[in-house]
Amino acid sequence: MTGIMDIVYAEYNYWIYVALMMIGFYAMIAKKNLVKKVIGANIFQSAIFLFYISLSDITGGTAPIIVHGEHAAEVIYTNPVPHVLILTAIVVAVSTTAVALALIIRIYDEYGSLDEDVILAARRNLQPEFSEYARQKEVDS
Amino acid sequence: MSGIQESIIIRTVVRIMVPFIALFALYVIIHGASGPGGGFQGGVIFGAAIILYAMIYGIEDGKKIMSDKLNRILSSTGLVLYAGTGLLCLVFGGKFLQYNAVPLFPNPAETAAILMDVVEVGIGITVLAVMISLFFDISPPETEGDEMSPEEVEQ
Amino acid sequence: MKTLALIAVLLAGGMLLYAGQDLPAFGDQNSPAYQHPMTTRFIEESENETGVYNIVTALLANYRSYDTLGETTVIFTAGMAVILLLRRREL
Repeated sequence: MTGIMDIVYAEYNYWIYVALMMIGFYAMIAKKNLVKKVIGANIFQSAIFLFYISLSDITGGTAPIIVHGEHAAEVIYTNPVPHVLILTAIVVAVSTTAVALALIIRIYDEYGSLDEDVILAARRNLQPEFSEYARQKEVDS
Repeated sequence: MSGIQESIIIRTVVRIMVPFIALFALYVIIHGASGPGGGFQGGVIFGAAIILYAMIYGIEDGKKIMSDKLNRILSSTGLVLYAGTGLLCLVFGGKFLQYNAVPLFPNPAETAAILMDVVEVGIGITVLAVMISLFFDISPPETEGDEMSPEEVEQ
Repeated sequence: MKTLALIAVLLAGGMLLYAGQDLPAFGDQNSPAYQHPMTTRFIEESENETGVYNIVTALLANYRSYDTLGETTVIFTAGMAVILLLRRREL
């Protein structure tokens, strides 16, 4: 029993990231509201950012900024590479969120709803050939 | 105009805070080479200062500081500054963005540090302009609020 | 539909946890990412090569400068895309 608890304690950070990631994943696939889907994607991304940053951490390490002075040789630096990758990823996340929110505003202007089912039904009424295709698919299945 | 925008405390505090937040943002951009910070972080802080002002004093007053035209000019200026630094290295016979090729200082590392600061400033300008423009675009238009207010008075 | 989503999420989470058992422990100095020669080289050489103290800035603006140019282009393009989407009536 202690063995299992030791494993859980040594890698508890991964449990947290998996939990966060699955919360975001559930919001993305189960929620019907488009804004909630975007928030779910953001939670998912945050889990990945935390995962990368925790991979770069070293016990007793300091931020990767070069220290000068008498104790400079003893300083342990954390891994700088994941920090750079995640700085890139955060910027891309902000950009995609902004574009997604702008698209959602346009969708709301057009259909008057953010509900996925309402929007899909409206699109089916707007496009007869699409509804024909959907009906054929229902007949086939 | 909602309650938080009429509060005299919030309006005064924001008016005093905004220049200091902007100054801190410039510090973060320039200090990126020797400490925590950089172009993205400083640009976002500078954008947040102007967004804070626009949230409290209204979008119209915010656009007096940062007009749409200035936004468009700044967001492309930063990118031009970055790409221009890369092209400068090409002019002096190096590869694209190979900073040591520019004979600015005898020590190539020193040249690289200066050109990296230029690049960071370019990133900061683009990020601050884009952040402010995103806020102005996504926030609801002010005319709806004006239409709402007479109804609230009647009620 | 929601139960189906919940089952899929739990399955995916279980698979991730099972796969995560081999990952290095939190703060492990012997992790492969930290022992990689490039990491050691960045930490030891970046100050001489780039002239800045902050290794993250040195990586971002010097070694991965081309990537950062693309990143700035991404954020610029996002701003332009939002303008095109939301200001259609004015233009």
